[in-house]
Amino acid sequence: MVLEASHVTKTVTSPEGPLTILADVSLAVRRQETLAIVGASGAGKSTLLALLAGLDLPTSGRVSIAGIDLSRLDEDGRAAVRGAHVGFVFQSFHLIPALTALENVMLPLELHARRDARSAALEALGQVGLEPRIAHYPRQLSGGEQQRVAIARAFVARPAVLFADEPTGNLDTHTGERISDLLFDLNREHGSTLVLVTHDRALARRCGRLFELDAGHAVAAAPMQAQ
Amino acid sequence: MQRLRFALRNLWRDLKSGELAVLLLALTVAVASLTAVGFFTSRIAQGVRAQAAEVLAADLRLESAHPVNPAYDIEAHRLGLRAAGVESFPTAIFNGELSQLAALIAVTPGYPLRGHVKIADTPFGAARTTERIPQPGEVWADARIMAQLKLALGAKLKIGAAQLRLAEVLDYRPDQGTGFVNLAPAALINVADLPATQLIQPGSRVTYAALFAGAPAAVAEMREYLIAHKQAGERLREVDESSRQLNSAIDRASRFLSLASLASVLLAAVAVAMGARRYVSRHIDTVALLKCMGASQGFVLSMSLIELLLLALAAVAAGALLGDLAQRGIAWLLKGLIRSELPPASLEPLPIALVTVLAMLIGFALPALLQLRSTPPVRVLRKTAEAPALRYGLAYVLALGALFAILWSLVRDTELVLSVLAGALGMGVVLTLAGYALVRLTGRLRGGVGVAWRYGLANVSRRGGASVVQIVAFGLGLMMLLLLAVVRGDLLADWHRSLPVDAPNNFLVNIRPEERAPLERFLASHGLGKPAMYPMVRARITAINGVPAERLHLKGDTARGYLEREQNLTWSERLMDDNQLIAGSWWTAQELGRPFVSVSSEYQEALGLKLGDALTFDIAGETLTARVSSIRKVRWDSFRPNFFLVFPPQLLDGAAGTYMTSLYLTPEQRPQLVDLVREFPTVSVFDVDAILKQIRDIMDRASLAVQYVFLFTLAAGIVVLLAAVQSTRDERRYESAMLRTLGASRGTVLKGVAAEFAALGFLSGTLAAFGASAIGWVLAHRLFSLHYELDPWVWGVGLVCGTLLVGVAGTLATRRVVNTPPIVTLRDD
Repeated sequence: MVLEASHVTKTVTSPEGPLTILADVSLAVRRQETLAIVGASGAGKSTLLALLAGLDLPTSGRVSIAGIDLSRLDEDGRAAVRGAHVGFVFQSFHLIPALTALENVMLPLELHARRDARSAALEALGQVGLEPRIAHYPRQLSGGEQQRVAIARAFVARPAVLFADEPTGNLDTHTGERISDLLFDLNREHGSTLVLVTHDRALARRCGRLFELDAGHAVAAAPMQAQ
Repeated sequence: MQRLRFALRNLWRDLKSGELAVLLLALTVAVASLTAVGFFTSRIAQGVRAQAAEVLAADLRLESAHPVNPAYDIEAHRLGLRAAGVESFPTAIFNGELSQLAALIAVTPGYPLRGHVKIADTPFGAARTTERIPQPGEVWADARIMAQLKLALGAKLKIGAAQLRLAEVLDYRPDQGTGFVNLAPAALINVADLPATQLIQPGSRVTYAALFAGAPAAVAEMREYLIAHKQAGERLREVDESSRQLNSAIDRASRFLSLASLASVLLAAVAVAMGARRYVSRHIDTVALLKCMGASQGFVLSMSLIELLLLALAAVAAGALLGDLAQRGIAWLLKGLIRSELPPASLEPLPIALVTVLAMLIGFALPALLQLRSTPPVRVLRKTAEAPALRYGLAYVLALGALFAILWSLVRDTELVLSVLAGALGMGVVLTLAGYALVRLTGRLRGGVGVAWRYGLANVSRRGGASVVQIVAFGLGLMMLLLLAVVRGDLLADWHRSLPVDAPNNFLVNIRPEERAPLERFLASHGLGKPAMYPMVRARITAINGVPAERLHLKGDTARGYLEREQNLTWSERLMDDNQLIAGSWWTAQELGRPFVSVSSEYQEALGLKLGDALTFDIAGETLTARVSSIRKVRWDSFRPNFFLVFPPQLLDGAAGTYMTSLYLTPEQRPQLVDLVREFPTVSVFDVDAILKQIRDIMDRASLAVQYVFLFTLAAGIVVLLAAVQSTRDERRYESAMLRTLGASRGTVLKGVAAEFAALGFLSGTLAAFGASAIGWVLAHRLFSLHYELDPWVWGVGLVCGTLLVGVAGTLATRRVVNTPPIVTLRDD
């Protein structure tokens, strides 16, 4: 199992008292599997994603990535695990506005002091079809182009697990479809594991497995047809 | 290496986007102000001190009753100092049957080493400076001698066994003294003529003085040498103790300067804190993203630290450059004032500036950076996730510690720093509370006004905390501007008023009781007014609390001097105008004649006296013991007769002394002194016009210097305003986009923004006027001992300028935000 969550609960304090966002959720994802986390707004999808990626800590329960138990690590330790094994694609792209497309893609490699950052980033941008636009800043790119840069950035460090949070949420249907094609194609090519959170049932159906949440509880984990 | 590269790239893009402008400006202003003030307090103070050195006619002056050891001159020569000698003693000068007691001053070539001798062509006539000393065979005599002996220039004068030709009227010697001890009129001769007079015999009361002057370092070395080698009976006189009046003026000038630099540093610190908050809010998303990609906390912290350090270096370079320009400007401005050589500009302020900037960053930016470091990575998914606040109020501890260190290193006066800090903190709390109250009040006012105003006022109260921060920041900035524009002018004017144009420039001393009435009639009939007459009795202190003076162990030349020399006592029914009681109470009508004494604070400090101590005096052979009943702070720079020791009337009535008085004479009235001296030959006239001029000169130049330094404070105030405007730009950007998307016109949104800033400006103006008045009052009373009246202009200017300045500046700064097409804003978000 490349990703494992067991009996994960997340409780936060609110003005009305403690509020349980996730209640005793368990989940295991195999290497190269594709998984869609679905559910209504407020069901706890993004919270689960944050816990699985080690961005946040569960109130109780355990999460491990590539066999490493995240609850045993401090913040820097979890950051190191993310840097080594995890990639992200976000709904609002999260590109750094002051960096060019190329620089944005080079960023995760530079964080690991990779000497080949530039050539690897150029190759990744080539894979998403953006070579002509490498020197453009995010504001000079369309939404679809920005998300393609974000996808190149996510794959450039060859992560074991790729987390995508509503990757097509900010795009029109047509662009959204092209982006999800790209995402799945690259995922297959790189042999990585994809965990995506989405409202979009069509997008969810492209995943090998569906994990549905309802008010913080796992509803069912139905296997879908293989990719 | 990789962190440095990241930091460099961050710095470059932050600079490009203008994000660091406020921080860079704040640091630059702080550095420029520090280097400029460093220049003032060291170089200019040295210049001013050199001016004060005129009173000694030298930088160092060693006085002795015996010929001065020639080894001192050899040492001075070795150190590259200039040297001169003065021998003086009282003697009678004759013109036929007429005679006059005079102070004979024999000088060597080179005298005076500091300052200039002034001579005139007629007695009490217009004077001019000269670089010469009397030729052998010549004498230059005081106008009073000429009046008394009925002499004209060219006459032959008999001094001892020598016949000398009267060549010039001696008007002024820099070292003629500002006390009332050198009473006799002076005659200046060349030291070469001294043997011919045959006046120096065993037992003669000759005072020998060795004068030295030169570069500050050599003077300091000579001073050490003299302290180590001087014999008993040799007294070293230095600039610091030479003149209370001058010192008082210099002290005030440096307080003004320190205050100006403290104000700029405080303001710059506020701007740095705001700039750092802005830095954090602009970088928090990037940090969250970097952490998402695996960046550690250490990486994040060191990256931002390196970036800020690079920024600090840039600020030090830019600030030092500005500071250097300011130095040149100042040197140019003060060209005429400083006659002595200014020490060359050094790199010394640079490390100080660098350390200060680092301290500012540690105190005011590091807390924000430490918080930035712990940005939760989950912020990439949930915008509301904020970094936790620092524990144990670390931010406040750091800020206060840094502030104290910076301020203390600037002024080295713990009490001043603590009171400024306490004042600033108190002001901060008061401003914050008042800000909250005003914001709440504004929230209730928003009904019944147009839509733009309603939106603007609603924003003020809705933003609550942010509005208070802005009001406090705007308020602080405006307060400084008000202090500069109005209060500073008032303070400086008050200072100038403390030495009015008609401040007494002549003292009449040694008036015998029976001469008092005729002299008053003389003054009245010559149109010279009716000045107050002060009785004077000379006395020596013999014991304190029963312990004989010779058995008292006192530290310092000053204290010993007070004990060894005769003091002038006076009595007065009421407290003199320039005196302020700081302890004890003044005698009542019932207490007249009781054995009380009121002492000045200098005297009290030097001798370590407290209320109730018994002082025993020897007054012409009679013993008198009196208890210290009050301590007075004396304004020595008022130039009215003032005394260390004042007794109640009726106590000293038996010890008939003399009277003294002071009056102001215009240049046209001065020749009347000839008649006065003839009619009252024993009355000594003492002219302090020259020293008055010196002090006025120092005041004028110091005012100029202070205004110059306050320019930096002004700049710091403006930077704070900028920081406050910038702090809410993002929020405004988003709101304006939303409003415009909802159909509001650009004009309506802009009017709303203008209304909000105008309201903020009005509120800050109110606070600023209040603060500036309070601070002005405290400064005047506590720091400068000046009388200060509240100026209604502060309120007018505060409210109008606050509303206009903040309203216009805020609207202009936000205009671009409002003009951004909503789609661009909303897409970016």
